[in-house]
Amino acid sequence: MEHAGTPTVKRGLAQMLKGGVIMDVVTPEQAVVAQEAGAVAVMALERIPADIRAAGGVARMSSLELIQGIMDAVTIPVMAKVRIGHFAEANVLQQLGVDYVDESEVLTPADDKYHIDKHPFTTPFVCGARDLGEALRRIAEGAAMIRSKGEAGSGNIVEAVRHMRAIRDGIRELGAVPHEELVARARDLGAPLELVQSVAKDGKLPVVLFCAGGVSTPADAALMMQLGAEGIFVGSGIFKSSDSRKFAKAIVDATTHFNDANVVMEACRSLGESEAMHGIDVRTLEPAQLFAARGN
Amino acid sequence: MRPLVGVLALQGDVVEHVAALERAGAAALLVKTPCDLERIGGLIVPGGESTTVMKLLERFELAEPIVARVRAGMPFWGTCMGMIVAAHDVAGLEQPTLDLIDIGVRRNAFGRQNESAEVDLMIPVLGSEPFRAIFIRAPWIERAGPEVDVLAERAGHGVMVRQSNVLGTSFHPELGNDLRVHEYFLEMIGRPHLHVGKASAAA
Repeated sequence: MEHAGTPTVKRGLAQMLKGGVIMDVVTPEQAVVAQEAGAVAVMALERIPADIRAAGGVARMSSLELIQGIMDAVTIPVMAKVRIGHFAEANVLQQLGVDYVDESEVLTPADDKYHIDKHPFTTPFVCGARDLGEALRRIAEGAAMIRSKGEAGSGNIVEAVRHMRAIRDGIRELGAVPHEELVARARDLGAPLELVQSVAKDGKLPVVLFCAGGVSTPADAALMMQLGAEGIFVGSGIFKSSDSRKFAKAIVDATTHFNDANVVMEACRSLGESEAMHGIDVRTLEPAQLFAARGN
Repeated sequence: MRPLVGVLALQGDVVEHVAALERAGAAALLVKTPCDLERIGGLIVPGGESTTVMKLLERFELAEPIVARVRAGMPFWGTCMGMIVAAHDVAGLEQPTLDLIDIGVRRNAFGRQNESAEVDLMIPVLGSEPFRAIFIRAPWIERAGPEVDVLAERAGHGVMVRQSNVLGTSFHPELGNDLRVHEYFLEMIGRPHLHVGKASAAA
């Protein structure tokens, strides 16, 4: 008997990616650069978040030709994004055979109330979260991997730090409360009791937790790993820097050896004169410009 | 003394192996530097991305000392990515490897993630109970040299192999609850050159 698409198998691929860096790429050539630098997977999309932000309009699932071209160009797993709630786009990506679907706030939401019911899919999903309640709601819907939302395309790590700390603090807090309080905690978190109990018992989410949204330097990656991320998504940070090859490799090195200050220093030093992406102070963004506020 | 088993901790499902080893009664050490290697009696290379880990092994100067220790007899077990890294060659790709075991592997041989699956596998060296094997974008063994014992097959392809002190599995025992492969490896650390028979049954 063979059982495909079980929770173990769907969560399992994310477990294989731990300690690694997943890079946004918009061409097969960029995908090869990412793989050469040591990326564990790539996110195939038409525009990186910084350019989605600049372009405005409606951001949708990328063209299948582009995604297929990237799948053909590399041997590492390929992820692709769908709009929040757009299960038909997700079905298309599953049919195409991508390895992971990101139900992403970076694209324009298709449903302002509900996320996709991810359980029936064979292809696993990753979803963004700003706090523990949001992470557990996504897992309840069937997400096999969670990432912080951060503020994609901002080049500013502050939101990712806020979200990662909120998720981790929420987990720690649950571990410390008496058993009889868990029902009320589940109510306050807006999450199923069963998941709240499992987090209280295990001291961690039942799926892998990555950081995303604003990582643009090796030190950013080391920071997030030390704050408890199990791996890193880098969107605009690599291909909006002045030397993407150097940035890609340096961010991989700093992620691998996040606890070794010497390796992180060498990774920073290897950048020489190259410049990180310019970045945005997220306090200057209008509420409608904040990706992280999409979906809850 | 409990054997100290290293788990290569550059990338991948490291903590799952550590937890399984501890459940099986062994003490685990995360291996990130050449110094760590000197303290262990056996090494597990976990699941992960083989292209990434080969680059990191070279970049952080671990490839050479691992090859030296394994050639000198240290037991080695690679799961999925770890088996690819240990292979002699990777079919159809110009991918560097450590060449610790005389096999050729094919990456993602069963397909992409949608074809990843849990399979009840017959592994005669582990007894007659089937083993719930978790395959994730798994490789298979395309070619096995004369010194290599194929210990299990899935759909006609080798998925568990051993040559002397080197063990390879296409699947991930560390993701399940069955500790038999971990116990088998711990026995190899106790008796490194035990010879085993060929697998007779396939899934």
